[in-house]
Amino acid sequence: MSAATVFGLCGAALAGLGLYGLIVNPQPLRKIVAFNLLGSGVFIIFGIVARRGAAAGFGADPVPQALVITGMVVAFSATALAVALLLRLFQTAGSVTLDADSPANMGTDSVDA
Amino acid sequence: MTIASALEMALAAVVLGMAMWTIVARETFAAAVGFVVYGLLLALVWVRLDAVDVALTEAAIGGGLSGVLLLGAAARLRASETRAAAERPGGIMRLGAAALSATVAAAFGASVLLLPDAAPTLAPAAAANAVATGLGNPVTNVLMAFRATDTLLEKVVLLLALVGVWSLAPDRLWGGYPGARHQADPLGTLAFLARLLPPVGIVVGIYVVWAGANYPGGAFPGGTILAAMWLLVIMAGLTDTPTISSRRLRLVLIAGPGVFLVVGLGGLCVGTAFLAYPVAYAKPLIIAIEIAMTLTIAATLGLLVAGAPERSAGR
Amino acid sequence: MSLALDIVTITAVSAGAFFFLAGTVGLLRFPDTLTRLHALTKADNVGLGLVVLGLLPQAGSLRGGFKLICVWLLVLAAGATVSQLIARAALASGASGQQGHSTVRAAGDEGPPT
Repeated sequence: MSAATVFGLCGAALAGLGLYGLIVNPQPLRKIVAFNLLGSGVFIIFGIVARRGAAAGFGADPVPQALVITGMVVAFSATALAVALLLRLFQTAGSVTLDADSPANMGTDSVDA
Repeated sequence: MTIASALEMALAAVVLGMAMWTIVARETFAAAVGFVVYGLLLALVWVRLDAVDVALTEAAIGGGLSGVLLLGAAARLRASETRAAAERPGGIMRLGAAALSATVAAAFGASVLLLPDAAPTLAPAAAANAVATGLGNPVTNVLMAFRATDTLLEKVVLLLALVGVWSLAPDRLWGGYPGARHQADPLGTLAFLARLLPPVGIVVGIYVVWAGANYPGGAFPGGTILAAMWLLVIMAGLTDTPTISSRRLRLVLIAGPGVFLVVGLGGLCVGTAFLAYPVAYAKPLIIAIEIAMTLTIAATLGLLVAGAPERSAGR
Repeated sequence: MSLALDIVTITAVSAGAFFFLAGTVGLLRFPDTLTRLHALTKADNVGLGLVVLGLLPQAGSLRGGFKLICVWLLVLAAGATVSQLIARAALASGASGQQGHSTVRAAGDEGPPT
């Protein structure tokens, strides 16, 4: 089993784990963590495609690697925005539930402006 | 089964174990700590896949900055733990989620195993065109020359995310200082580290950017190291975050995409296409863009972690 | 000559790995925060130091070896500081099961934001 196959299967499993955590964890911050897991699993699959494309003296195809670097930075900025949204929700509503029927999410139209 | 593949399987198993622990840990703070460890182990996976630039970026951004962001948020949201835990979904929902995740994982795994044996690759094209820039690192070539539009747009996305974070401030705090004021004993351990480490960190960050031309490195890991040093000094209370209405800060933030755009339009006017570098000036142009990019990346990432303004400007 | 260097590398890295193992066992088995920190410092300082020592013959150039030593020194500095901060926080919050003496806090650092 080559390195690419081992880590490719690992990346597939990570994507599945991230998806499970995203659906099951009620706390939104843990959903964000699980989303990052999902993203990193997909990036690893990019990485093994790059590794398998080793040619012309390079250890790996540089184009997917550049795409993954760009993707990581964008994923971090999305995470930062999501965390800022979450902290603001906590500040205004006093709790972080995403459940629409919970008392915290009803009648919070007066935003702290 | 060679020793190398046995070690790789062990590494993959540990990474999966850490990911599982991050999902099932009881406390959010513990899950955030697990995520930091996971990010650092993932950097090792990237090194095994011959992607050292990606490993540097993963360790810096995925392990380092994401970890700081999530740990800080987990500490602030500690009060909401019990309320959120009460909403755990029931057995049927979990079974359904597990079935869906298993299907997705199986689909990804099957696609990995069914990849064509003669792997399509752009490496020969990248190698053949490397003379256009004169840089030795193929990933930097791709980032700054062959797919430069992607990098330019990514800079803009970073700026948009920052504007999004800033816009979450209440109206009366607009123009103020991001984040809470950190207090630390000026004679204590944290302040000592914040005086000792940043000079070293700044040198390392600039070196990583400079060496990225010919060796693994580049503007992204280097800028992240600079952002981390800035955040360390802020967290030790030795300096404060700038106000978001500061003109100098805004100039630094638009310097990266600005220089990139100017060079790109110059390529349109003087050369053949948008972002076409004249071969004689390719390397100095790319280095100038990288310097501006590093400053912008450091400022933007640092401010993304610092958060929305929480103290008004007229203190 | 290279055989001797390889033997040095294998011995030193194995010894470093042993200290890492000991530190991890300590982290998992010791009862409270302070003792666990004590176990971790063994992995950080001695374990990493031995691994770096073992990799120095393989570095190939003086600059490579210098960079390895710098990595070790940076990890030492970061690890020592973080251990101090965690220990003070543990003492203050009573997680260690020991009394948090006010003299220890006074000499320390990050207190609650005032």
